[in-house]
Amino acid sequence: MIQKQVASVQDALKGVANNQTLMLGGFGLCGIPENAIAELVEMNVTGLTCISNNAGVDDFGLGLLLQKKQIKKMISSYVGENDEFERQMLSGELDVELIPQGTLAERCRAAQAGFPAIYTPAGYGTEVAEGKETREFNGKMYVLEYAFKADFAFIKAWKGDEAGNLIFKGTARNFNPCMCGAAKITVAEVEELVPAGTLDPNQIHIPGIFVQRIFQGETYEKRIEQRTVRQKS
Amino acid sequence: MALDKTGIAKRIAKEVKDGYYVNLGIGIPTLVANYVREDINVEFQSENGVLGMGPFPFEGEEDADIINAGKQTITTLPGASFFDSALSFSMIRGQHVQLTILGAMEVSENGDIANWKIPGKMVKGMGGAMDLVASAENIIVAMMHTNRAGASKLLKRCSLPLTGVGCVKKIVTNLAVLKVTPDGFQLLERAPGVSVEEIKNATEGHLIIKGDIPEMAL
Repeated sequence: MIQKQVASVQDALKGVANNQTLMLGGFGLCGIPENAIAELVEMNVTGLTCISNNAGVDDFGLGLLLQKKQIKKMISSYVGENDEFERQMLSGELDVELIPQGTLAERCRAAQAGFPAIYTPAGYGTEVAEGKETREFNGKMYVLEYAFKADFAFIKAWKGDEAGNLIFKGTARNFNPCMCGAAKITVAEVEELVPAGTLDPNQIHIPGIFVQRIFQGETYEKRIEQRTVRQKS
Repeated sequence: MALDKTGIAKRIAKEVKDGYYVNLGIGIPTLVANYVREDINVEFQSENGVLGMGPFPFEGEEDADIINAGKQTITTLPGASFFDSALSFSMIRGQHVQLTILGAMEVSENGDIANWKIPGKMVKGMGGAMDLVASAENIIVAMMHTNRAGASKLLKRCSLPLTGVGCVKKIVTNLAVLKVTPDGFQLLERAPGVSVEEIKNATEGHLIIKGDIPEMAL
C-alpha cells in the first residue's frame, strides 16, 4: 500500500503558489472542496486561474476567493449566482472563459486519460468555436478542444482510505472524478478517512493511483443553494 | 386563450413516450415532469449526474448531496443512479437520451437557438445547453411566443449569440405548437381559442400554414 494520507490541510496544500492553475470539483455548492478553499483563503495566494463548473456564491465556495481578489481567471460553464463575480467580470478585473459543461468535463478527463485534445460537437457554429480548429466526421461538424493543464486538482469525496481510494456520494460526485489525476498534484479531502482495507475494492469510484494526497476535512457546512421541498399531503 | 407556463408544460408532456430517457432544462421544462402520463415508464436525467430523478423531498428530508442541475434539492426513484459529469455528457453526446426539453430566448426558422447570453446584460454561461443542443436528436423548445416587450421570439435569424445551429425540431409556446422544417416554422396546433391570425402576428420568421390548424388537446 502506498501511503497518501497527510496530517493536515496545510500539508495537503504544500506547494500551492501565486499564479498557478487549479481545478476544483463541485457543481454549484454541491461536492466542493470546502476545506481546501478555506485554506487557499488563509494562504492568500493570488493570480489564480480556477477551473471549476461554477464560481460559488458571494460568501461561500469560490466566492470566498473572489471576495479577496485571489482569482485572476475563471474557466467555468455557468456563473449565474454570484454578484461579486459579475461585478469583477464586467469591470474587467476578472478574466472569464465560459465553456460548455460537457466540454469542461471532457477537457478534465482528457488530461486525466492522456489525450492531448478531443473533438466535440458542442459549440460548433457559436462564438465558443471562434478561432478553433473544426473538422467534419460522418457529415457532422466538431470543434477541437484541448486537455487542461493544471498544477493542482482539489477534490471532495465522501469516503476515502489512506491509499487514496475514493467513494463519492449522490450528485456531489459531479466533476470530482474527472479531475482526479488531471493535474500535476491531486489533493482529495473526504468526510471520512479510513485505514486501507476498510473499503470494499468493488465499490471504489476512483483508485488511489489518481490521488497524491488525502486528508479528512475538519468540518463540512454543505450549504444548500436552492432548498426545495414538497408538502406532505 | 393563450396558455400559461403550466399549459405549455402539459402540452409538452404529451411528447414524452414510454421508455424515454429525458433531460429537462431549467424553467418551464422542469414542470413537464409533473404532467407525464402515469402509465408509462420514463426516467429523467439531470446533467449534474443523476438518472431517475424523483420529486422534491419532504421538508426535513433534504440532502445537500442530492440536487438537480438547477441546484434544487431532489429525491431519486427506484432504479436511479449517480455518475460523474463526463459520463453524464457521454449519455447526452452519445445520444442515449431520447428527448431534450429546454427554454430559449430566440429560435430561428432554420432551427438555430439562442438561450445563454445577452451581451452586456446577462452573462451567466451556457451550462450544459450547448452540449445538449449539439447532440440531441429530439429537441423541443418550451418558451413564450413573444418576449416581455411583445417582440416575437420566433425569428428569421437569431439576434443573440447562438447556443446551437439548426438543431431545434419542435417548439411549444403559449400560442402554438410548431415544427421546424427546411422551409420555416410549420404551424401544427393552436392554443385553445387562439386564432391563426394571432399566431401569424406574433411570429417574425416564415410561418407555414397548411390546411385547418387544430386546437391543442391538453
